Amino acid sequence: MQGSILSHSYDVNAGEFQTAGDASASIKRKLKQIGVNSTVLRRIAVASYEAELNLIIHSHGGKLTLDMTPEAIILTSSDVGPGIADISKAMQEGYSTASEEARDLGFGAGMGLPNMKRNADTFGIESELGKGTTIQMGFSLK
Amino acid sequence: MNTKRFHSVRLDKEKCKACTNCLRRCPTEAIRVRGGRAHIIDERCIDCGECIRVCEYHAKYAQTDPLACINRFKYKIALPAPALYGQFKHLVGASQVLEGLLKIGFDEVFEVAEGADIVTRAIRERMRNIDRSKYPIISSACPAIVRLIRVRFPDLIPHIIDVRQPMEVAAMVAKQEFCKRNDVPPEEVGCFFITPCAAKMTAIRNPIGHETSAVDGAISMMEIYGLLSSQMKTIPLDTNISRATAYGVGWANSGGEAAAVCPEHSMSVDGIENVIRVLEEIENDKLPDLVFFEGSACTGGCVGGPLTFENNYIARGAIRTLMHGCDITHPDEKVKVSTLNKYNLLSDKHITANSAMKLDDDIVEAMRKIEQMEEIVKRLPGFDCGSCGSPTCRTFAEDIVRGYATELDCIHILKDHLKVMAQQMVELAKTTRE
Repeated sequence: MQGSILSHSYDVNAGEFQTAGDASASIKRKLKQIGVNSTVLRRIAVASYEAELNLIIHSHGGKLTLDMTPEAIILTSSDVGPGIADISKAMQEGYSTASEEARDLGFGAGMGLPNMKRNADTFGIESELGKGTTIQMGFSLK
Repeated sequence: MNTKRFHSVRLDKEKCKACTNCLRRCPTEAIRVRGGRAHIIDERCIDCGECIRVCEYHAKYAQTDPLACINRFKYKIALPAPALYGQFKHLVGASQVLEGLLKIGFDEVFEVAEGADIVTRAIRERMRNIDRSKYPIISSACPAIVRLIRVRFPDLIPHIIDVRQPMEVAAMVAKQEFCKRNDVPPEEVGCFFITPCAAKMTAIRNPIGHETSAVDGAISMMEIYGLLSSQMKTIPLDTNISRATAYGVGWANSGGEAAAVCPEHSMSVDGIENVIRVLEEIENDKLPDLVFFEGSACTGGCVGGPLTFENNYIARGAIRTLMHGCDITHPDEKVKVSTLNKYNLLSDKHITANSAMKLDDDIVEAMRKIEQMEEIVKRLPGFDCGSCGSPTCRTFAEDIVRGYATELDCIHILKDHLKVMAQQMVELAKTTRE
Protein backbone atom coordinates (compact mmCIF):
# COMPACT_ATOMS: atom_id res chain seq x y z
CA MET A 1 0.00 0.00 0.00
CA GLN A 2 1.34 3.42 -0.89
CA GLY A 3 2.47 5.55 2.00
CA SER A 4 2.19 2.79 4.54
CA ILE A 5 4.69 2.97 7.38
CA LEU A 6 4.37 -0.66 8.28
CA SER A 7 3.96 -3.54 5.86
CA HIS A 8 4.19 -7.24 6.65
CA SER A 9 3.33 -10.33 4.66
CA TYR A 10 2.67 -13.79 5.99
CA ASP A 11 2.71 -16.88 3.77
CA VAL A 12 -0.19 -19.20 4.47
CA ASN A 13 0.00 -22.71 3.03
CA ALA A 14 -2.99 -24.74 1.85
CA GLY A 15 -4.16 -27.46 4.22
CA GLU A 16 -1.71 -26.66 7.02
CA PHE A 17 -4.17 -26.73 9.89
CA GLN A 18 -1.38 -27.07 12.47
CA THR A 19 -0.26 -23.50 11.72
CA ALA A 20 -3.82 -22.11 11.76
CA GLY A 21 -3.90 -18.86 13.69
CA ASP A 22 -0.14 -18.17 13.62
CA ALA A 23 -0.32 -15.29 11.15
CA SER A 24 -3.34 -13.65 12.78
CA ALA A 25 -1.77 -14.09 16.24
CA SER A 26 1.36 -12.31 15.02
CA ILE A 27 -0.74 -9.50 13.54
CA LYS A 28 -2.66 -9.16 16.80
CA ARG A 29 0.54 -9.02 18.84
CA LYS A 30 1.99 -6.25 16.69
CA LEU A 31 -1.17 -4.18 16.78
CA LYS A 32 -1.29 -4.46 20.57
CA GLN A 33 2.33 -3.29 20.79
CA ILE A 34 1.47 -0.35 18.57
CA GLY A 35 -1.44 0.42 20.86
CA VAL A 36 -4.30 0.18 18.34
CA ASN A 37 -7.70 0.98 19.88
CA SER A 38 -9.07 -2.20 21.43
CA THR A 39 -12.47 -2.14 19.67
CA VAL A 40 -10.80 -1.93 16.26
CA LEU A 41 -8.24 -4.50 17.34
CA ARG A 42 -10.95 -7.01 18.17
CA ARG A 43 -12.52 -6.60 14.72
CA ILE A 44 -9.15 -7.04 13.02
CA ALA A 45 -8.47 -10.13 15.15
CA VAL A 46 -11.68 -11.78 13.98
CA ALA A 47 -11.29 -10.75 10.32
CA SER A 48 -7.63 -11.76 10.06
CA TYR A 49 -8.30 -15.14 11.66
CA GLU A 50 -11.18 -15.84 9.26
CA ALA A 51 -9.02 -14.76 6.31
CA GLU A 52 -6.16 -16.97 7.42
CA LEU A 53 -8.47 -19.96 7.88
CA ASN A 54 -10.01 -19.40 4.44
CA LEU A 55 -6.56 -19.51 2.86
CA ILE A 56 -5.82 -22.82 4.61
CA ILE A 57 -9.19 -24.43 3.92
CA HIS A 58 -10.10 -23.20 0.44
CA SER A 59 -7.06 -21.86 -1.39
CA HIS A 60 -4.06 -23.43 -3.10
CA GLY A 61 -1.97 -21.23 -0.83
CA GLY A 62 -1.52 -17.50 -0.51
CA LYS A 63 -0.56 -14.72 1.77
CA LEU A 64 -1.98 -12.33 4.29
CA THR A 65 -0.64 -8.78 4.21
CA LEU A 66 -0.90 -6.10 6.86
CA ASP A 67 -0.41 -2.49 5.77
CA MET A 68 -0.70 0.35 8.17
CA THR A 69 -0.68 4.14 8.28
CA PRO A 70 -1.57 6.23 11.32
CA GLU A 71 -5.07 6.60 9.82
CA ALA A 72 -5.95 3.13 8.60
CA ILE A 73 -5.12 -0.52 8.43
CA ILE A 74 -5.51 -2.54 5.26
CA LEU A 75 -5.60 -6.31 5.50
CA THR A 76 -5.17 -8.11 2.19
CA SER A 77 -5.64 -11.79 1.54
CA SER A 78 -4.49 -13.00 -1.85
CA ASP A 79 -4.21 -16.54 -3.14
CA VAL A 80 -3.20 -18.42 -6.26
CA GLY A 81 -6.45 -20.26 -6.79
CA PRO A 82 -8.83 -21.93 -7.33
CA GLY A 83 -11.02 -18.80 -7.41
CA ILE A 84 -14.66 -18.45 -6.41
CA ALA A 85 -17.32 -19.43 -8.96
CA ASP A 86 -20.18 -17.41 -7.50
CA ILE A 87 -19.13 -14.58 -5.19
CA SER A 88 -22.66 -13.55 -4.18
CA LYS A 89 -23.40 -17.11 -3.09
CA ALA A 90 -20.09 -17.29 -1.20
CA MET A 91 -21.01 -14.13 0.67
CA GLN A 92 -24.22 -15.72 2.02
CA GLU A 93 -24.19 -16.82 5.66
CA GLY A 94 -24.12 -20.58 5.99
CA TYR A 95 -22.97 -21.26 2.45
CA SER A 96 -19.75 -23.26 2.38
CA THR A 97 -17.75 -25.37 -0.05
CA ALA A 98 -15.41 -26.66 2.67
CA SER A 99 -14.07 -30.20 2.32
CA GLU A 100 -15.16 -33.10 4.48
CA GLU A 101 -11.77 -32.92 6.23
CA ALA A 102 -12.22 -29.25 7.12
CA ARG A 103 -15.76 -29.87 8.37
CA ASP A 104 -14.51 -32.72 10.53
CA LEU A 105 -12.20 -30.22 12.19
CA GLY A 106 -15.11 -27.95 12.98
CA PHE A 107 -14.62 -25.47 10.14
CA GLY A 108 -16.80 -24.72 7.13
CA ALA A 109 -19.79 -23.14 8.89
CA GLY A 110 -20.12 -20.74 6.00
CA MET A 111 -19.46 -17.68 8.16
CA GLY A 112 -15.95 -16.80 7.01
CA LEU A 113 -16.61 -14.18 4.32
CA PRO A 114 -19.73 -12.70 5.99
CA ASN A 115 -17.75 -12.36 9.24
CA MET A 116 -14.89 -10.60 7.46
CA LYS A 117 -17.28 -8.20 5.78
CA ARG A 118 -19.14 -7.49 9.02
CA ASN A 119 -15.98 -6.68 10.95
CA ALA A 120 -14.26 -4.50 8.33
CA ASP A 121 -15.09 -0.87 7.55
CA THR A 122 -14.53 -1.45 3.85
CA PHE A 123 -14.59 -4.78 2.06
CA GLY A 124 -13.64 -5.66 -1.48
CA ILE A 125 -13.41 -9.04 -3.16
CA GLU A 126 -12.21 -10.01 -6.60
CA SER A 127 -11.96 -13.50 -7.93
CA GLU A 128 -11.24 -15.29 -11.14
CA LEU A 129 -11.68 -19.03 -11.58
CA GLY A 130 -8.38 -20.76 -12.12
CA LYS A 131 -6.43 -17.63 -11.13
CA GLY A 132 -7.22 -16.75 -7.53
CA THR A 133 -8.99 -14.47 -5.11
CA THR A 134 -8.01 -11.16 -3.55
CA ILE A 135 -9.84 -9.75 -0.57
CA GLN A 136 -9.10 -6.32 0.80
CA MET A 137 -10.41 -5.16 4.15
CA GLY A 138 -9.99 -1.65 5.47
CA PHE A 139 -10.16 -0.52 9.08
CA SER A 140 -10.27 3.12 10.00
CA LEU A 141 -8.20 4.18 13.00
CA LYS A 142 -9.73 7.64 13.29
CA MET B 1 -4.39 5.18 35.39
CA ASN B 2 -3.52 3.71 38.71
CA THR B 3 -0.12 4.95 39.81
CA LYS B 4 0.14 2.71 42.84
CA ARG B 5 2.45 -0.16 42.02
CA PHE B 6 2.25 -2.52 44.94
CA HIS B 7 3.30 -6.07 44.08
CA SER B 8 3.12 -9.04 46.36
CA VAL B 9 5.54 -11.02 44.19
CA ARG B 10 9.10 -10.03 45.15
CA LEU B 11 12.67 -11.04 44.44
CA ASP B 12 15.27 -11.96 47.04
CA LYS B 13 18.43 -10.62 45.39
CA GLU B 14 20.72 -12.71 47.59
CA LYS B 15 19.11 -15.99 46.52
CA CYS B 16 18.80 -15.26 42.79
CA LYS B 17 21.36 -17.15 40.69
CA ALA B 18 20.35 -15.53 37.38
CA CYS B 19 19.45 -19.00 36.06
CA THR B 20 16.70 -17.84 33.63
CA ASN B 21 14.21 -20.52 34.80
CA CYS B 22 11.55 -17.90 35.51
CA LEU B 23 12.11 -15.97 32.28
CA ARG B 24 10.11 -18.15 29.91
CA ARG B 25 7.37 -18.95 32.39
CA CYS B 26 6.26 -15.36 32.92
CA PRO B 27 2.99 -14.91 30.97
CA THR B 28 3.49 -11.16 30.51
CA GLU B 29 7.23 -11.23 29.75
CA ALA B 30 7.83 -9.16 32.86
CA ILE B 31 11.17 -10.67 33.91
CA ARG B 32 14.65 -9.87 32.63
CA VAL B 33 17.99 -11.14 33.88
CA ARG B 34 20.54 -8.33 33.95
CA GLY B 35 23.74 -7.83 35.93
CA GLY B 36 23.68 -11.32 37.42
CA ARG B 37 20.12 -11.33 38.79
CA ALA B 38 16.49 -11.24 37.77
CA HIS B 39 14.47 -8.04 37.60
CA ILE B 40 10.69 -7.78 37.59
CA ILE B 41 9.19 -5.09 35.38
CA ASP B 42 6.63 -3.54 37.73
CA GLU B 43 4.24 -2.27 35.07
CA ARG B 44 3.85 -5.73 33.56
CA CYS B 45 3.81 -8.03 36.58
CA ILE B 46 0.31 -9.46 37.24
CA ASP B 47 1.29 -11.24 40.49
CA CYS B 48 0.24 -14.65 39.17
CA GLY B 49 3.04 -16.35 41.11
CA GLU B 50 4.28 -18.56 38.24
CA CYS B 51 7.86 -17.45 38.98
CA ILE B 52 7.47 -18.36 42.67
CA ARG B 53 6.48 -21.88 41.66
CA VAL B 54 9.28 -22.38 39.18
CA CYS B 55 12.24 -20.85 41.07
CA GLU B 56 14.49 -23.63 42.36
CA TYR B 57 16.36 -21.26 44.65
CA HIS B 58 13.25 -19.78 46.26
CA ALA B 59 14.42 -16.33 45.22
CA LYS B 60 10.87 -15.33 44.29
CA TYR B 61 8.44 -14.96 47.14
CA ALA B 62 5.06 -13.48 47.99
CA GLN B 63 4.89 -10.61 50.41
CA THR B 64 1.90 -11.14 52.72
CA ASP B 65 1.00 -9.85 56.18
CA PRO B 66 2.40 -11.65 59.23
CA LEU B 67 -0.21 -13.17 61.58
CA ALA B 68 0.88 -10.73 64.31
CA CYS B 69 -0.45 -7.80 62.28
CA ILE B 70 -4.04 -8.68 63.22
CA ASN B 71 -3.26 -7.09 66.59
CA ARG B 72 -3.41 -3.67 64.95
CA PHE B 73 -7.16 -3.99 65.48
CA LYS B 74 -9.20 -4.38 68.62
CA TYR B 75 -11.51 -6.89 66.91
CA LYS B 76 -10.20 -9.36 64.37
CA ILE B 77 -12.23 -11.25 61.77
CA ALA B 78 -10.76 -14.11 59.73
CA LEU B 79 -11.95 -14.57 56.15
CA PRO B 80 -10.80 -18.05 55.13
CA ALA B 81 -10.70 -18.75 51.37
CA PRO B 82 -12.57 -22.00 50.67
CA ALA B 83 -9.26 -23.41 49.41
CA LEU B 84 -8.14 -23.48 53.07
CA TYR B 85 -10.55 -26.37 53.75
CA GLY B 86 -8.77 -28.41 51.06
CA GLN B 87 -5.52 -28.28 53.04
CA PHE B 88 -6.75 -30.82 55.60
CA LYS B 89 -7.18 -34.43 54.49
CA HIS B 90 -9.45 -35.81 57.20
CA LEU B 91 -11.78 -32.91 57.69
CA VAL B 92 -15.23 -33.77 59.02
CA GLY B 93 -16.61 -30.30 58.30
CA ALA B 94 -15.53 -26.75 57.50
CA SER B 95 -16.50 -25.80 61.07
CA GLN B 96 -13.34 -27.46 62.41
CA VAL B 97 -11.23 -25.02 60.43
CA LEU B 98 -13.38 -22.09 61.54
CA GLU B 99 -13.11 -23.06 65.22
CA GLY B 100 -9.36 -23.46 64.75
CA LEU B 101 -9.11 -19.89 63.43
CA LEU B 102 -10.94 -18.64 66.53
CA LYS B 103 -8.38 -20.47 68.66
CA ILE B 104 -5.37 -18.85 67.00
CA GLY B 105 -6.52 -15.33 67.84
CA PHE B 106 -9.49 -14.26 65.76
CA ASP B 107 -12.68 -13.01 67.40
CA GLU B 108 -14.90 -14.07 64.55
CA VAL B 109 -14.80 -15.92 61.23
CA PHE B 110 -16.74 -15.21 58.08
CA GLU B 111 -16.37 -17.76 55.30
CA VAL B 112 -15.36 -16.44 51.91
CA ALA B 113 -17.40 -19.41 50.65
CA GLU B 114 -20.45 -17.60 52.04
CA GLY B 115 -19.27 -14.51 50.19
CA ALA B 116 -19.15 -16.73 47.09
CA ASP B 117 -22.78 -17.71 47.71
CA ILE B 118 -23.79 -14.04 47.69
CA VAL B 119 -21.64 -13.33 44.63
CA THR B 120 -23.17 -16.33 42.84
CA ARG B 121 -26.66 -14.92 43.16
CA ALA B 122 -25.46 -11.38 42.39
CA ILE B 123 -23.80 -12.53 39.15
CA ARG B 124 -26.88 -14.51 38.14
CA GLU B 125 -29.09 -11.46 38.68
CA ARG B 126 -26.62 -9.25 36.85
CA MET B 127 -26.44 -11.63 33.89
CA ARG B 128 -30.16 -11.17 33.16
CA ASN B 129 -29.48 -7.59 32.10
CA ILE B 130 -26.21 -8.02 30.27
CA ASP B 131 -26.21 -7.41 26.55
CA ARG B 132 -25.37 -10.48 24.46
CA SER B 133 -22.51 -8.55 22.82
CA LYS B 134 -20.71 -8.95 26.16
CA TYR B 135 -20.85 -12.75 25.91
CA PRO B 136 -18.90 -14.64 26.99
CA ILE B 137 -19.02 -13.03 30.40
CA ILE B 138 -15.62 -13.44 32.04
CA SER B 139 -15.31 -14.13 35.77
CA SER B 140 -13.61 -11.47 37.89
CA ALA B 141 -12.74 -13.88 40.72
CA CYS B 142 -9.08 -14.56 39.86
CA PRO B 143 -7.22 -11.24 40.17
CA ALA B 144 -4.26 -12.57 38.19
CA ILE B 145 -6.56 -13.30 35.23
CA VAL B 146 -8.15 -9.83 35.44
CA ARG B 147 -4.65 -8.34 35.36
CA LEU B 148 -3.61 -10.65 32.53
CA ILE B 149 -6.55 -9.36 30.48
CA ARG B 150 -5.56 -5.76 31.22
CA VAL B 151 -2.05 -6.40 29.90
CA ARG B 152 -2.53 -8.91 27.08
CA PHE B 153 -6.22 -8.82 26.09
CA PRO B 154 -7.39 -5.22 26.64
CA ASP B 155 -10.11 -5.73 24.01
CA LEU B 156 -11.75 -8.30 26.32
CA ILE B 157 -12.06 -5.93 29.31
CA PRO B 158 -15.77 -5.20 28.56
CA HIS B 159 -16.51 -8.92 29.04
CA ILE B 160 -15.34 -8.98 32.68
CA ILE B 161 -18.32 -9.19 35.06
CA ASP B 162 -18.65 -6.08 37.21
CA VAL B 163 -19.52 -7.93 40.43
CA ARG B 164 -16.94 -7.79 43.23
CA GLN B 165 -14.95 -10.88 44.26
CA PRO B 166 -16.19 -13.12 47.11
CA MET B 167 -13.31 -11.94 49.32
CA GLU B 168 -14.47 -8.30 49.08
CA VAL B 169 -18.11 -9.15 49.63
CA ALA B 170 -17.26 -11.34 52.62
CA ALA B 171 -15.28 -8.49 54.21
CA MET B 172 -18.07 -5.98 53.62
CA VAL B 173 -20.79 -8.18 55.10
CA ALA B 174 -18.64 -9.48 57.97
CA LYS B 175 -17.59 -6.04 59.13
CA GLN B 176 -21.06 -4.50 58.90
CA GLU B 177 -22.73 -7.43 60.70
CA PHE B 178 -20.09 -7.48 63.43
CA CYS B 179 -20.30 -3.74 64.10
CA LYS B 180 -24.09 -3.82 64.26
CA ARG B 181 -24.28 -6.86 66.51
CA ASN B 182 -21.60 -5.69 68.95
CA ASP B 183 -22.17 -1.96 68.64
CA VAL B 184 -18.55 -1.10 67.82
CA PRO B 185 -17.13 1.43 65.33
CA PRO B 186 -15.85 -0.07 62.01
CA GLU B 187 -12.32 1.31 62.48
CA GLU B 188 -11.84 -1.04 65.45
CA VAL B 189 -12.58 -4.11 63.29
CA GLY B 190 -9.97 -5.70 61.01
CA CYS B 191 -10.84 -8.27 58.32
CA PHE B 192 -8.03 -10.62 57.27
CA PHE B 193 -8.16 -12.87 54.25
CA ILE B 194 -6.45 -16.24 54.60
CA THR B 195 -4.92 -16.38 51.15
CA PRO B 196 -3.76 -19.14 48.82
CA CYS B 197 -1.97 -16.71 46.48
CA ALA B 198 -0.02 -13.50 45.95
CA ALA B 199 -2.57 -12.06 43.52
CA LYS B 200 -5.19 -11.64 46.26
CA MET B 201 -2.70 -9.76 48.42
CA THR B 202 -2.09 -7.38 45.53
CA ALA B 203 -5.85 -7.12 44.94
CA ILE B 204 -6.22 -5.83 48.51
CA ARG B 205 -3.41 -3.27 48.38
CA ASN B 206 -3.99 -2.17 44.82
CA PRO B 207 -7.58 -3.03 43.85
CA ILE B 208 -8.98 -3.02 40.34
CA GLY B 209 -12.65 -2.16 39.84
CA HIS B 210 -13.02 -0.25 43.10
CA GLU B 211 -11.05 2.42 44.94
CA THR B 212 -10.24 0.71 48.22
CA SER B 213 -10.53 -2.84 49.48
CA ALA B 214 -12.81 -3.78 52.36
CA VAL B 215 -10.13 -6.27 53.43
CA ASP B 216 -7.45 -5.04 55.86
CA GLY B 217 -4.76 -7.63 55.19
CA ALA B 218 -3.89 -11.06 53.84
CA ILE B 219 -2.24 -13.89 55.71
CA SER B 220 -0.62 -16.72 53.80
CA MET B 221 -2.10 -20.21 54.22
CA MET B 222 1.43 -21.56 54.34
CA GLU B 223 2.25 -19.34 57.33
CA ILE B 224 -0.65 -20.43 59.54
CA TYR B 225 -0.93 -24.04 58.37
CA GLY B 226 1.15 -25.56 61.17
CA LEU B 227 -0.37 -23.53 63.98
CA LEU B 228 -3.89 -24.02 62.70
CA SER B 229 -3.66 -27.78 62.22
CA SER B 230 -2.28 -28.25 65.75
CA GLN B 231 -5.14 -26.16 67.21
CA MET B 232 -7.72 -28.10 65.20
CA LYS B 233 -6.80 -31.37 66.93
CA THR B 234 -8.63 -30.49 70.12
CA ILE B 235 -11.88 -29.33 68.51
CA PRO B 236 -14.97 -31.53 69.07
CA LEU B 237 -16.15 -33.15 65.82
CA ASP B 238 -19.81 -32.23 66.26
CA THR B 239 -19.16 -28.49 66.08
CA ASN B 240 -21.24 -26.78 63.40
CA ILE B 241 -20.77 -23.09 62.69
CA SER B 242 -20.25 -23.23 58.93
CA ARG B 243 -23.00 -21.51 56.93
CA ALA B 244 -21.74 -21.73 53.35
CA THR B 245 -23.42 -23.94 50.77
CA ALA B 246 -21.69 -26.67 48.77
CA TYR B 247 -21.78 -24.22 45.83
CA GLY B 248 -19.80 -21.58 47.70
CA VAL B 249 -17.25 -24.11 48.98
CA GLY B 250 -16.91 -25.43 45.41
CA TRP B 251 -15.41 -22.11 44.27
CA ALA B 252 -12.10 -23.40 45.70
CA ASN B 253 -11.76 -25.75 42.72
CA SER B 254 -11.59 -24.82 39.08
CA GLY B 255 -15.10 -25.34 37.71
CA GLY B 256 -16.81 -24.55 41.01
CA GLU B 257 -17.74 -21.00 40.11
CA ALA B 258 -19.16 -21.97 36.71
CA ALA B 259 -21.12 -24.85 38.28
CA ALA B 260 -22.78 -22.38 40.65
CA VAL B 261 -23.20 -19.40 38.33
CA CYS B 262 -23.83 -20.83 34.89
CA PRO B 263 -23.79 -24.62 34.61
CA GLU B 264 -24.69 -24.59 30.92
CA HIS B 265 -22.69 -22.99 28.11
CA SER B 266 -19.81 -22.24 30.42
CA MET B 267 -16.15 -23.17 30.39
CA SER B 268 -13.65 -23.46 33.22
CA VAL B 269 -9.97 -23.31 32.41
CA ASP B 270 -7.11 -23.57 34.88
CA GLY B 271 -3.39 -22.90 34.51
CA ILE B 272 -2.44 -19.51 33.11
CA GLU B 273 -1.00 -20.80 29.81
CA ASN B 274 -4.26 -22.66 29.13
CA VAL B 275 -6.27 -19.57 30.00
CA ILE B 276 -4.21 -17.54 27.51
CA ARG B 277 -4.94 -20.07 24.75
CA VAL B 278 -8.68 -19.91 25.33
CA LEU B 279 -8.69 -16.10 25.63
CA GLU B 280 -7.05 -16.04 22.17
CA GLU B 281 -9.97 -18.13 20.89
CA ILE B 282 -12.51 -15.81 22.52
CA GLU B 283 -10.71 -12.84 20.99
CA ASN B 284 -11.05 -14.45 17.54
CA ASP B 285 -14.79 -15.07 18.13
CA LYS B 286 -14.29 -18.82 17.90
CA LEU B 287 -16.56 -19.63 20.84
CA PRO B 288 -19.86 -18.00 19.84
CA ASP B 289 -22.01 -20.25 22.06
CA LEU B 290 -20.07 -19.58 25.24
CA VAL B 291 -21.96 -17.59 27.89
CA PHE B 292 -19.64 -17.73 30.91
CA PHE B 293 -15.89 -18.15 31.14
CA GLU B 294 -14.10 -18.96 34.39
CA GLY B 295 -10.31 -18.77 34.27
CA SER B 296 -7.93 -19.56 37.12
CA ALA B 297 -4.25 -18.74 36.91
CA CYS B 298 -3.36 -21.73 39.09
CA THR B 299 -3.67 -25.39 38.14
CA GLY B 300 -6.74 -26.84 39.80
CA GLY B 301 -8.08 -23.40 40.75
CA CYS B 302 -7.43 -21.64 44.07
CA VAL B 303 -6.46 -24.95 45.71
CA GLY B 304 -3.38 -24.82 43.44
CA GLY B 305 -2.28 -21.39 44.69
CA PRO B 306 1.45 -20.89 45.31
CA LEU B 307 0.85 -20.29 49.04
CA THR B 308 -1.07 -23.51 49.67
CA PHE B 309 0.44 -26.41 51.58
CA GLU B 310 -1.29 -29.48 50.16
CA ASN B 311 -0.80 -30.90 46.65
CA ASN B 312 -3.55 -29.40 44.49
CA TYR B 313 -5.00 -32.74 43.32
CA ILE B 314 -5.33 -33.96 46.90
CA ALA B 315 -6.86 -30.63 47.92
CA ARG B 316 -9.37 -30.83 45.05
CA GLY B 317 -10.48 -34.22 46.29
CA ALA B 318 -10.76 -32.97 49.85
CA ILE B 319 -12.99 -30.11 48.71
CA ARG B 320 -15.25 -32.49 46.76
CA THR B 321 -15.61 -34.75 49.79
CA LEU B 322 -16.37 -31.77 52.00
CA MET B 323 -19.05 -30.53 49.57
CA HIS B 324 -21.03 -33.75 50.12
CA GLY B 325 -21.56 -32.78 53.74
CA CYS B 326 -22.59 -29.18 53.01
CA ASP B 327 -25.96 -27.56 52.57
CA ILE B 328 -26.95 -28.11 48.93
CA THR B 329 -29.48 -25.28 48.69
CA HIS B 330 -28.65 -23.20 45.61
CA PRO B 331 -27.56 -19.62 46.43
CA ASP B 332 -30.55 -18.41 44.36
CA GLU B 333 -32.76 -19.62 47.22
CA LYS B 334 -30.34 -19.24 50.10
CA VAL B 335 -29.24 -15.64 49.50
CA LYS B 336 -31.98 -13.10 50.15
CA VAL B 337 -32.77 -10.25 47.78
CA SER B 338 -32.44 -7.93 50.78
CA THR B 339 -28.78 -8.95 51.09
CA LEU B 340 -28.18 -8.08 47.44
CA ASN B 341 -29.79 -4.68 47.92
CA LYS B 342 -28.10 -3.93 51.22
CA TYR B 343 -24.50 -4.09 50.02
CA ASN B 344 -22.65 -2.43 47.19
CA LEU B 345 -21.78 -5.61 45.30
CA LEU B 346 -20.96 -4.04 41.95
CA SER B 347 -17.63 -2.54 40.89
CA ASP B 348 -17.69 1.23 40.91
CA LYS B 349 -14.61 1.86 38.82
CA HIS B 350 -14.02 0.97 35.18
CA ILE B 351 -11.20 -1.42 34.51
CA THR B 352 -8.63 0.29 32.34
CA ALA B 353 -6.18 -1.27 29.91
CA ASN B 354 -2.58 -1.61 31.03
CA SER B 355 -0.38 -0.11 28.34
CA ALA B 356 2.89 -1.71 29.49
CA MET B 357 3.16 -3.68 26.21
CA LYS B 358 2.87 -0.54 24.09
CA LEU B 359 6.10 0.44 22.36
CA ASP B 360 5.47 4.18 22.16
CA ASP B 361 2.76 6.72 22.89
CA ASP B 362 3.19 8.09 19.40
CA ILE B 363 1.59 5.68 16.93
CA VAL B 364 3.99 6.48 14.07
CA GLU B 365 6.98 5.96 16.34
CA ALA B 366 5.48 2.68 17.60
CA MET B 367 5.05 1.47 14.02
CA ARG B 368 8.67 2.36 13.23
CA LYS B 369 9.80 0.42 16.27
CA ILE B 370 7.87 -2.64 15.07
CA GLU B 371 9.69 -2.39 11.73
CA GLN B 372 13.06 -2.06 13.50
CA MET B 373 12.22 -5.11 15.63
CA GLU B 374 11.46 -7.16 12.52
CA GLU B 375 14.87 -6.26 11.08
CA ILE B 376 16.64 -7.19 14.31
CA VAL B 377 14.75 -10.48 14.68
CA LYS B 378 16.04 -11.53 11.24
CA ARG B 379 19.63 -11.26 12.54
CA LEU B 380 18.97 -13.20 15.76
CA PRO B 381 19.41 -17.00 15.94
CA GLY B 382 15.83 -17.73 17.10
CA PHE B 383 16.94 -20.18 19.82
CA ASP B 384 15.08 -18.30 22.59
CA CYS B 385 17.94 -19.45 24.86
CA GLY B 386 17.58 -16.61 27.37
CA SER B 387 21.35 -16.00 27.62
CA CYS B 388 20.84 -12.33 26.79
CA GLY B 389 18.51 -12.03 29.78
CA SER B 390 15.32 -11.58 27.75
CA PRO B 391 12.78 -14.43 27.54
CA THR B 392 12.76 -14.81 23.73
CA CYS B 393 14.66 -13.46 20.71
CA ARG B 394 11.55 -11.40 19.88
CA THR B 395 11.43 -9.76 23.33
CA PHE B 396 15.20 -9.21 23.07
CA ALA B 397 14.60 -7.29 19.83
CA GLU B 398 11.92 -5.33 21.65
CA ASP B 399 14.36 -4.54 24.48
CA ILE B 400 16.94 -3.30 21.96
CA VAL B 401 14.37 -1.05 20.29
CA ARG B 402 13.33 0.29 23.69
CA GLY B 403 16.99 1.01 24.48
CA TYR B 404 17.43 -1.53 27.26
CA ALA B 405 19.82 -3.88 25.45
CA THR B 406 22.27 -3.98 22.55
CA GLU B 407 22.75 -6.67 19.93
CA LEU B 408 26.09 -7.73 21.43
CA ASP B 409 24.19 -8.92 24.54
CA CYS B 410 23.31 -11.92 22.35
CA ILE B 411 26.13 -14.41 22.91
CA HIS B 412 25.62 -15.93 19.46
CA ILE B 413 26.08 -12.57 17.74
CA LEU B 414 29.00 -11.83 20.05
CA LYS B 415 30.62 -15.14 19.09
CA ASP B 416 30.36 -14.29 15.41
CA HIS B 417 31.90 -10.90 16.10
CA LEU B 418 34.77 -12.49 18.01
CA LYS B 419 35.38 -14.87 15.13
CA VAL B 420 35.73 -11.98 12.72
CA MET B 421 37.97 -10.10 15.17
CA ALA B 422 40.18 -13.14 15.68
CA GLN B 423 40.51 -13.50 11.93
CA GLN B 424 41.47 -9.83 11.67
CA MET B 425 44.10 -10.28 14.41
CA VAL B 426 45.66 -13.15 12.49
CA GLU B 427 45.69 -11.07 9.32
CA LEU B 428 47.22 -8.17 11.25
CA ALA B 429 49.89 -10.39 12.81
CA LYS B 430 50.82 -11.71 9.37
CA THR B 431 51.16 -8.27 7.81
CA THR B 432 53.16 -6.77 10.66
CA ARG B 433 55.63 -9.68 10.63
CA GLU B 434 56.72 -8.87 7.11
